[in-house]
Amino acid sequence: MVLTVGSAIVALEAKEIVYGAIGLAGSLFGVAALFFLLDAPYVAVFQIAVYIGAVAVLILFTVMLVREEKWAKEVPVTSVTRIAGIMTGLAITLAVAFAAVDTNLAQFGNVVNPATYVDIGVLISTGDAPVLLVLGLVLAASVVGALTLSRADKEDKSQ
Amino acid sequence: MNSLSDFVLVSAMLFGIGVYGLVTKRNALRLLFAVEIMINAANLNFVAFGQYLPFENGAGAVPNALGQTFVLFSIALAAAEAAVILAIVVVAYRLHKDVDVSELKSMEG
Repeated sequence: MVLTVGSAIVALEAKEIVYGAIGLAGSLFGVAALFFLLDAPYVAVFQIAVYIGAVAVLILFTVMLVREEKWAKEVPVTSVTRIAGIMTGLAITLAVAFAAVDTNLAQFGNVVNPATYVDIGVLISTGDAPVLLVLGLVLAASVVGALTLSRADKEDKSQ
Repeated sequence: MNSLSDFVLVSAMLFGIGVYGLVTKRNALRLLFAVEIMINAANLNFVAFGQYLPFENGAGAVPNALGQTFVLFSIALAAAEAAVILAIVVVAYRLHKDVDVSELKSMEG
């Protein structure tokens, strides 16, 4: 819990953006650990493989390949903006926390009947199969979109 | 920490941190970090509620895999989103030599 929340703060507040990316990876890892605590190992491993294995590494490589001094230099935020951000974040956190306490969520003490791999597999391959297909199309479209973006940039340069 | 409220509290903190980042940061990569943190907060809530609140049918409690399934889809979507945003950031950097979103004015209406 401390790792998750602390790394999330580091991700946003680190001076150097590379350290921020590493902080984000730590935060994602902390969330994966919480998934393990929730008796959801499949989701946890998926999180580690996709987020830390792909997204965090992708961000790190992007930052390192095209980084210049300018990237590290943060535009100083005004204190009003900073206070507004802190107040908004605190307000949302406190609202959800009060709701959690008020609705007595602590009565659910431990996971009684956790879903297994089989339950997830059955749900994905039967009821949610159309979602899986649409998700595949979305992923393909996003990859094509990302490639097109970088290619269009090269064509611009050659002109 | 094992009850449902603990996980909801961690999720709320993560979401608050993400909102703070969205409000205060101007660097496109920091905004991506903030969005990823918020997505993770939502995912944590999905899994926590799914695991702690099993379905009730006539025969008794049945495991609830819906939350975990949603999160699997959500993680895949977030990965695609991160790839597209990074591509946009790199193109914007090559065109404008900057990733400050307040300086990227060519797409303003």
